[in-house]
Amino acid sequence: MSIERGLEGVGTWLDDRFHGAKGLRTFFRKIFPDHWTFLLGEIALYSFVILLLTGTFLTFFFQPSMTSVTYHGSYVPLHGVRMSEAYASTLNISFDVRGGLLMRQIHHWAADLFMAAIFAHMLRIFFTGAYRKPREVNWLIGIVLLTLGLLEGLFGYSLPDDLLSGAGLRILEGVLQSIPVVGTYLAYFLFGGPFPGHDIVPRLYILHVLLIPGLILALVTAHLFIMFHQKHTQMPGPGRTDRNVVGAPMYPYFMAKTGAFFFFIFGFLALASTFAQINPIWLYGPYTPTAMSAGSQPDFYMGMLEGALRVMVPWEWNVAGHTFSFNVFLPALVPLGAIFTAAAFWPFIEQWITGDRREHHVNDRPRNAPTRTALGIAVVTFYGILWAEGANDILADHFAVPLYLTTRIAQVTMFVGPVVAYILTKRICLGLQRKDAHLLEHGVETGIIRQLPNGEYIEETRPVSEEKRAALVFRSKPPGLPSSGEEDENGVPAPEMRGALGKVRARLYNIVTESVELEPSHGNGHGDGHGNGHGADHAPAAVTSGEPTGTGSGTGEGDQHGS
Amino acid sequence: MTEINGPEGPEQPAGNTPDEAAVGPRRVVGTPPPAQARALLVRPEDEEKAPDRELPSEPDDLVLAKKAEKLVASLFILAMLAGFGFIAAYIGLEVHSLDAVLRSNLALGLSMAVAFLALGAGAVIWVRHLMPEVELTEARKPLRSSPEDKAAFKETFTEGADASQFVKRPILRRTLIAATVPVAVAPIVLLRDMGPLPGTSLRHTAWRKGTRLVQAVTGVPVLATDFVTPGGILTVVPEGTLSDDEELAKSTVLLIKLRPEQLEKPTVMNWTVNGTVAYSKICTHLGCPAALYEQTTHHILCPCHQSTFDAARGAAVIFGPAARPLPQLPITTDSEGYLVAQSDFHEPVGPSFWERG
Repeated sequence: MSIERGLEGVGTWLDDRFHGAKGLRTFFRKIFPDHWTFLLGEIALYSFVILLLTGTFLTFFFQPSMTSVTYHGSYVPLHGVRMSEAYASTLNISFDVRGGLLMRQIHHWAADLFMAAIFAHMLRIFFTGAYRKPREVNWLIGIVLLTLGLLEGLFGYSLPDDLLSGAGLRILEGVLQSIPVVGTYLAYFLFGGPFPGHDIVPRLYILHVLLIPGLILALVTAHLFIMFHQKHTQMPGPGRTDRNVVGAPMYPYFMAKTGAFFFFIFGFLALASTFAQINPIWLYGPYTPTAMSAGSQPDFYMGMLEGALRVMVPWEWNVAGHTFSFNVFLPALVPLGAIFTAAAFWPFIEQWITGDRREHHVNDRPRNAPTRTALGIAVVTFYGILWAEGANDILADHFAVPLYLTTRIAQVTMFVGPVVAYILTKRICLGLQRKDAHLLEHGVETGIIRQLPNGEYIEETRPVSEEKRAALVFRSKPPGLPSSGEEDENGVPAPEMRGALGKVRARLYNIVTESVELEPSHGNGHGDGHGNGHGADHAPAAVTSGEPTGTGSGTGEGDQHGS
Repeated sequence: MTEINGPEGPEQPAGNTPDEAAVGPRRVVGTPPPAQARALLVRPEDEEKAPDRELPSEPDDLVLAKKAEKLVASLFILAMLAGFGFIAAYIGLEVHSLDAVLRSNLALGLSMAVAFLALGAGAVIWVRHLMPEVELTEARKPLRSSPEDKAAFKETFTEGADASQFVKRPILRRTLIAATVPVAVAPIVLLRDMGPLPGTSLRHTAWRKGTRLVQAVTGVPVLATDFVTPGGILTVVPEGTLSDDEELAKSTVLLIKLRPEQLEKPTVMNWTVNGTVAYSKICTHLGCPAALYEQTTHHILCPCHQSTFDAARGAAVIFGPAARPLPQLPITTDSEGYLVAQSDFHEPVGPSFWERG
């Protein structure tokens, strides 16, 4: 009772000053839809929080300095070795600060998890069409966040100035130098003169601990506020429409669940950092431009860029005293740049093709948008091949494949693979749609064989559950091209469909909207028909998102099947 | 079909909030909330049979809940013990040696993981088995503002614009824009002193006529008569540059011993000493040290992107993304028999750059 009164007292005190009761009540009752894929963004968010916590700890001990020192710390094998203060202080964190190694390893694992979660989250958003209106801006913020994450990670693992990360910086320098016209200057300005210089670690440090995390924090805040304001999307299901949001309230459900999730992620990262060594810089040794070990790999999120550099042919032009290093700047800038650019434009391209300007809050199941899904898988395939090529020396070694063959394979499959993936994915999606249509039409096979009075054997089917049916029938159909039905009496198409661009759009429209048609009765009507026919009881509002055309014809067909 | 024309689905889908009626304010277990707070919970939008509470106060299965309560409490106790264990491990376990660090890392990491995982597991079980299952529906309003709101905003905006005189007085508008241009450019100018201009520094290395080739790390000069085993390979740098990373990043050289008859064009024979040939170790692709050498094929392989060069044929590119051979350093021997450079490289070493030509 006293706690109650105390809380009320605090609440009143705050409310007198901030007028919070109404807003906070709305906040507490805010509905969060549930689906396991909605956790991917949370993983990224909490990894980021953990990165901030562990990163702050590391800054207490790390010296971002390239001043040369001779090591005399606790790690005996490196005694007397010349190294930068950055490397020496990283050894110090690992061997002379209690919990230092754990914090370093959690920081590194969390960075990898952060990037992996962003990738997975982004794929989820893409494949379920959650980037559609009104969420285009959040999609763009997400792409910027991913780019910032890549830079943040690259700069972060370059800080210890070990042999591996130094090689990464050397590659960065080479890539900068290859950029036409300004490249040499960019490299000299970033490194403060010739490579490696004494400036790069302190400069990357301040970018890594202040500028980029600040930008990420600001954009994450915007990302969350927009998500919060627009309310989360939901997966198709019973009672879920584009005009509502179904789920559990923020308080206490979502708060408890998301808090638990934070602990899980922290616990998982602690577990990984206890048992799985990551970035053991004491084994790599300090950076020296004269040495390099075999099997050097960047962190996984840079692997695609690394693979692109490896797969490229030696193509370089010398024109009028200037060098075009196509072998470097093309693979460094084009493949990933093209993917990000295409991703940024895709929501608007799709909108232009389909003419769909409506708000979407119920996500698509990937199979119900076969062209989008196929495009996505094609890009994933392209990315994946270059990513694997980024580790081709490891793959060649592990699987005893000739090294050069792995590159030759990648050179071919990076072009063929996406096409094959596109075709296959589209066929698979359409096949899955047919399976769904079949389920809706015939119900679930029960395995019960029954003999009819006339001697015929039939297998009994059970109508799909209400929940599943609601998920299966949901399709977000585009509104249709203006040309269909909007030609005037002389057969002149609508203005936006005229000309070459209009024809292209019409063709693209047909590709993008290719889909297996559910029979009109698969909305409300068919479900009821089946249900009645088999005597199963069926909730009256089986499908709230049902097609308006469904009810009429459904009953008749249902009777036919049921008898 | 996304635009749903029909009415919204049932506010409370059946099966999720089994008996709202039964869970009235009469039967409150635990601390009853103050009357006002409870009144706030009633949503005025709920037209039909507005229930007294949207969230039931009891879980669906009380027996299960009792069990879950014990489990959750045990998990929280475990988390607490693990947390104390973490502190104990911090105080009790020293670091300062590889073994000690590994022990400390194991104890700290494991106790931390157990504490967090137990907390997380406890909280999840709490939510799933102790909190009553609910599914609520909240209406979404279209994000677009109403025409009235838009009109009102437009009016406010126009009024403000008029009051500011921004539209009426173009001279102010234009001079303001003109004033911001240099302000926007200035920060870029300010970055100019981030580094010196490259000049011709990428074209030269520390190699001069007569500079001795000394072994990297140790700094020991190389006697031509000591380096005689075919297949031998040595990383050498100019004498006096051992601790100058900028020089090493350009000047590091691979010294390779082949049988003289193995060397073919375009290797410059005058730049070799009795089958010993010197190539820049800095890969012409992206500057990694081309550190791997295969004796039998005399191939130099850069471990970064697998550009492969043939040491017997002027380090010509035979595979990979590098566009140019590794530059060859002209070497000879001095009066004492040590290997020395005849001159600097005759072309820039390392990765290409715009001005290279």
